[in-house]
Amino acid sequence: MSIEATENEIVDEFEMFEDWIQKYEYLIDLGKSLPLIDEKYKTEDNLIKGCQSQVWMHSELKDGKIVYTADSDAIITKGMVALMVRVLSNHSPEEIINSKLDFVEKIGLTKHLSPTRSNGLVSMIKQMKLDAVAYKIKN
Amino acid sequence: MSQSANHRKSIAIEKIRADFPILSKKVNGKPLVYFDNASTAQKPKLVIDAITNYYENQNANIHRGVHTLSQEITIAYENARVTVQKHLNAAHPHEIIFTKGTTESINLIASSFGKKFISKGDEIIVSEMEHHSNILPWQQVCEERGALLKVIPINDAGELIISDYKRLLNSKTKIVAITHLSNTLGTINPIEEIIALAHAQNIPVLVDGAQAVPHIRVDVQKLFADFYVFSGHKLFGPTGVGILYGKEKWLNELPPYQVGGGTIKTVTFEKTDFADLPLKFEAGTPHIEGGIGLAVAIDYINTIGLDAIAEYEHELLVYATEKLETIEGVKIIGTSKNKASVISFIVDGLHPFDIGTILDQLGIAVRTGHHCTQPLMQRFGIPGTIRASFAFYNTKEEIDIFLSGLEKAIKMLK
Ligand SMILES: Cc1ncc(COP(=O)(O)O)c(C=O)c1O
Repeated sequence: MSIEATENEIVDEFEMFEDWIQKYEYLIDLGKSLPLIDEKYKTEDNLIKGCQSQVWMHSELKDGKIVYTADSDAIITKGMVALMVRVLSNHSPEEIINSKLDFVEKIGLTKHLSPTRSNGLVSMIKQMKLDAVAYKIKN
Repeated sequence: MSQSANHRKSIAIEKIRADFPILSKKVNGKPLVYFDNASTAQKPKLVIDAITNYYENQNANIHRGVHTLSQEITIAYENARVTVQKHLNAAHPHEIIFTKGTTESINLIASSFGKKFISKGDEIIVSEMEHHSNILPWQQVCEERGALLKVIPINDAGELIISDYKRLLNSKTKIVAITHLSNTLGTINPIEEIIALAHAQNIPVLVDGAQAVPHIRVDVQKLFADFYVFSGHKLFGPTGVGILYGKEKWLNELPPYQVGGGTIKTVTFEKTDFADLPLKFEAGTPHIEGGIGLAVAIDYINTIGLDAIAEYEHELLVYATEKLETIEGVKIIGTSKNKASVISFIVDGLHPFDIGTILDQLGIAVRTGHHCTQPLMQRFGIPGTIRASFAFYNTKEEIDIFLSGLEKAIKMLK
């Protein structure tokens, strides 16, 4: 599935929610249920510090596709992290670099991505794309 | 005023709330419950009007012109200084320096005092509960001048350990910089005693009053404070303006902080004669409408009365504390008996950010995180807290909304 197709799938899922409570409950469940990152990758190097919550992110290139794993100490942030990983993981560097990620706006969670929110998410997305650029150059 | 008349003065809450336009706003579709007053306070209409009026009717530069507008605004600005002086009961208007805020006031003293009085091996005392704004400027002076930063520890209730403070004071101590009221814990420090102990060894004290002035009556002469600093925006006034009170004797001795227009008597390329107080410390065109707006805010608070405010806020504090303690998993951080209406807490197993995010959806504004007091968080071994801080325009009904919101957040997150 393309990045855009996954984005659309998420937008469809979110359209079923009737109010913000369902939306957040879904994010919280996502955050809780996903074992996102191998403990050995929860290193200082992989830590993206936000003022409010922090994120760990690790990437690997497998058969020309990047596999991301990530985690956060805050559960709602972790839910958002899980969405990002679902959208971007298992795609080529090229696709990841060109992704628009406008699903966040469509599901009404843009405020989690405002730079002032300082939950580490904006920096994580930047890092995901930087990793993709690095893998692309290496190949 | 007679004793009983004084006592009768109580808070007319509906009338007060109507004075603050923002309080009738809706956030995320819910009536705003604003419990982030320790970050910044809301502004009464009178303050907002004063700022508008300045731009519509009064705008001119101060201290410069012979023309009427300039003279009028100079008088208004100097009257604002007098309002601040009287409010703090300072001995002279020129002991009141307008700054950008608490942070700049502290930087000013750290820099000017440091240049003149601090050298290698000297010591500066701060406490474990300081805001970063009252740590970093001193840390920098220490680095620049080879001095040492000494830290008064706190106990588990979030109170300064005075016996340790006494041990830290010695002949190498050059200045003590300490908060009057902790922005994270709500603790009101025994500032008179702290100053008296330092003065017994001829050591001056800077008091960070950023959090104290909205809640407590401050008399700098009674406290014998050498420097007392605060921000306008936490005192229901405009942002970008703050106060540095300094004893005349100290301010005269210190070199200027920033230099430029307004700070001088005569300038040649060889030499400059600096102006007298307060202009020596007020380089450049100041935040004129800020100073004027701050004076309006102070007048407004005084019509309500700081004693009535303190009494009412204490009621809110006790009410909220008692109810919070009944919620399972809630632990209050900062349990001093001597506390203002600032409550920090954590919830077992839950991240403050998550709770703050859900409360925000419910229209409830609280602060989450380390509150610019990371060393204090390290002391308690936590990444951050949720902080609810009340002003005199908050109500018990709002506290109820907050508590049920909190219970809802906990249920969702558990
Ligand atoms: C105790 C204390 N000191 C200093 C400051 C810094 O104030 P400002 O940002 O207005 O300079 C604050 C504000 O949060 C504070 O609470």
